[in-house]
Amino acid sequence: MSNKIKINLKVNGENVTYEVEPQENLLRALRNNFNWDVKCGCEAGECGTCSVLLDGKEVKSCLTLAAACDGHEIWTDKGLGLNDRLTARLQEAFVECGSVQCGFCTPGMIMAGVEYLKNGGKADRKAIKYAISGHLCRCTGYIKIVDAIYKVAEEIEEGALA
Amino acid sequence: MKHNLKLVGTAVPRHDARAKAKGEQLFSDDWTMPNMLYGKVLRSKYPAAILRGIDTSKAEALPGVKAVLTAKDVPHNEDITKFGQMIDVGGGFEGLYKVLATGKIRSKSEAIALVAAETEEIAEEACNLIEVDYEPTEGVFDPREAIKDGAYLVSSEDNSNVIMRTKIQDGDVDKVWDQCDIIIENDYYTSPNDHAYLETEGGMGWLDENGVITLRVGSQVLEHYRTIAKILGVPHTMVRNISVPMGGGFGGKEDITVETYIALLVQKTRRPVKMVWSREESIETHAKRHPEYLHYKTGATKDGKIIAQQVSIVLDGGSYTYLTPWVQMYSTYAAAGPYKIPNVKIESVSAFTNNTLSSANRGFGSPQVNFAYERQMDQLADKLGISRVEIRKRNIMHNGDAMPTGFIPQGHIALEELIDKVDKSLNATPKPDRLPDGRKVGRAIAIGHMTYGRLTFMHDSSRVSIRIELDGTVTLRAGVPDIGGGQASVLAEIVAEELGLNIEDVHPFIMDTHLTPLCGTTTATRQLYMSGNAAMKAADVMRDRILNEASKILKYPVESLALGDRKVYLVNNPTVNVPFVTVVNSLSNNGGMLETIEQFNAPFTDVPNLKDIKGEVLPDLTYTCHGVEVAVDEETGVFEILRIIAGIDAGKMVNKNSCEGQVEGGAVYHSLWATHEDLQWRNGITKANNFSTYIIPTSVDIPDIETIILESGGGFGPYGAKGVGEPSDNSIAPAVINAIRDAIGTDLNLNKMPITYEKIMCACKGIKID
Repeated sequence: MSNKIKINLKVNGENVTYEVEPQENLLRALRNNFNWDVKCGCEAGECGTCSVLLDGKEVKSCLTLAAACDGHEIWTDKGLGLNDRLTARLQEAFVECGSVQCGFCTPGMIMAGVEYLKNGGKADRKAIKYAISGHLCRCTGYIKIVDAIYKVAEEIEEGALA
Repeated sequence: MKHNLKLVGTAVPRHDARAKAKGEQLFSDDWTMPNMLYGKVLRSKYPAAILRGIDTSKAEALPGVKAVLTAKDVPHNEDITKFGQMIDVGGGFEGLYKVLATGKIRSKSEAIALVAAETEEIAEEACNLIEVDYEPTEGVFDPREAIKDGAYLVSSEDNSNVIMRTKIQDGDVDKVWDQCDIIIENDYYTSPNDHAYLETEGGMGWLDENGVITLRVGSQVLEHYRTIAKILGVPHTMVRNISVPMGGGFGGKEDITVETYIALLVQKTRRPVKMVWSREESIETHAKRHPEYLHYKTGATKDGKIIAQQVSIVLDGGSYTYLTPWVQMYSTYAAAGPYKIPNVKIESVSAFTNNTLSSANRGFGSPQVNFAYERQMDQLADKLGISRVEIRKRNIMHNGDAMPTGFIPQGHIALEELIDKVDKSLNATPKPDRLPDGRKVGRAIAIGHMTYGRLTFMHDSSRVSIRIELDGTVTLRAGVPDIGGGQASVLAEIVAEELGLNIEDVHPFIMDTHLTPLCGTTTATRQLYMSGNAAMKAADVMRDRILNEASKILKYPVESLALGDRKVYLVNNPTVNVPFVTVVNSLSNNGGMLETIEQFNAPFTDVPNLKDIKGEVLPDLTYTCHGVEVAVDEETGVFEILRIIAGIDAGKMVNKNSCEGQVEGGAVYHSLWATHEDLQWRNGITKANNFSTYIIPTSVDIPDIETIILESGGGFGPYGAKGVGEPSDNSIAPAVINAIRDAIGTDLNLNKMPITYEKIMCACKGIKID
């Protein structure tokens, strides 16, 4: 019945081989292999909860074909937080700023924040709001999420994270 | 003696925030087991039909299918809806809970059959193979039609579509209409809206080694395990939910969602079963905010005093009763607004229709009437030539004023201060007529009141347990469903505060129906009030034990000692102290009990006479004021919210971040309800069933929220706190619409949701759209 194919990926710094269905999206492939921090909110590219970094660029994993990721590198919120200082700092800023309520959008939001900051994003609330606008949050009203990204952007500008 | 507060009021991080930020928090969909099956629900093809028969043979024959259940396979397919209340309220408040369809199908979301299979794909294919013999019927989709004689009957169990009728009357409106210098009369309609939590409903279950049906399902009401046990025909001890923090709730996970289905499939297959709803299934299936058709007639004298408020409300209850009577009570008691009005008549009726069922959604019946009465107020002000701030101030309730039932709220009423502060901030600079880009600018404020804590005739209670460990840390056990508002963490904060410990010293273990004391539901903005007080009681008991023991060690009287910095110290000379952990070990050595469970009871009242509700039906209320500034493009009707000022009397901010988070999140939750959140119901079919068609606010749709949080100390929660979760979304929607009205200078098309850009554009051109 199954037409599973093998793909080789680097996930959170580790070389792995996943068996996936040809039509399987990256979201399912990651979750089927216990990357539970990648959340499924709509599976239609509308909510942003499943965002991961694919070769350093933020993508919605539900809209990404797993098979097409063969040979590519993926980082998720959990993995990046353990390996990347800026991500760990942003995660902590989310804690400090009260940016986390139910927490379901949080890993995806942090991916958006990390991409913004790594691309030289400034402490500019309007720009931060645009950077996270592909991510829905129903709890916070976004204010404290913007606060956290803004705070880390300021720290980068002040050289505190150099 | 009590010490000065160290944690309470600060922005101390919540215990669960770090795990959630680091991607370590597991939600309902993140649990799996070996040998696990996948469950699916077959939903009705039609919103109204008679179920003639079901043939499951082809589905059962599909390889990989392990169970196909229909109503005949459910041990007890019907029960009475219960929402964790400790008493049987009766009196029309409890309706039918039917697990799988029989007789008349009442909506598209009606569950026809359940399937468990080796994979999700097989389960879905099996659903497609179930042959259902439907006889489609006409149905009724408007509750105003449903209550008419001879209307299509939605259910096969009732001989009327009316769910409940109720009335509140004070004075006599009919005697004073001719004394009114002005009467404002309007019809309003408020849309159903979806909770749109980012986590859909889901979870898993299995049989434990003793045959206990064990669930891991996020639910706002742990006490549903009793209903599930009854459905399964097993004792309450044999269904356990080790619940999971929810990715948002907002009332949508207050009714039973997946848990009965999973339990039935586990009981049948004796294997672990997982079920997770897709976004489409979630939006099409779970209960919505009640759509309400409201008629308001407000009469005032020329000095701006309202002397009569007459309201009639028709609520669309959808396909089943669920929480409709409770929601109706909230709409009815709140319908006159937070105003002191001598003559009030409020009549409400709820009815079945073939729409998706209606039940709890943040605000629970309050935002619907709030939208209408606050729309009335601005029209009244303008007709009388009195400012919209002034008209409110001339009529608002103050401490000691009675509500229309005669009940005098005992908590503080901060409406005047809220109005003044929000107005001052909103109008700190003169309002420009237009922005440089030509868009018209509008400003408005709106106020609201909403109860925190359940209706008092539900006899609400909560229990919390604490155990002091031998290293001086504290295990807190509480069956408190955490939907993301910090419901559990705040209990730890209270206990840490009262025992003079650090926040990290107290760890909450939560949400297990059989291992944690039941805290009651995470609904009705009640957890801080109810479980907060229970936690406070438990901490008080333990503090007394600690102080008594410390008194023996330090040889100073108990009254001279206090707790703080993980020590017990002499208040007049803190250098005389003993470590908390030393006292704990001494207490243990001397046979003292290091554990306690305490219960807090809300005020209890009797079930009111629904034909004429009098007296106390709620414990207290939280008051809000929202200020909004918008810019409107008259050519397109497109508006932008430029400012939102969210004012609330929180009584006391127990956790600053959590409290602000509710106030900000609440304002955004309903910022676009009136204009954008349209499920596009068409004869019982939900057209907008995903996030590209059902539009909720994104980060670029709303401005930064300016919060004004008063701390009057006048609430009945710990430290004088009031509840903020639901009241936070209460007065924002009319503020947005009234600001648009202020910008475009007309009331045309602004009374019936959804108030689309098209309607606003037409209003600007004087074209009426109904």
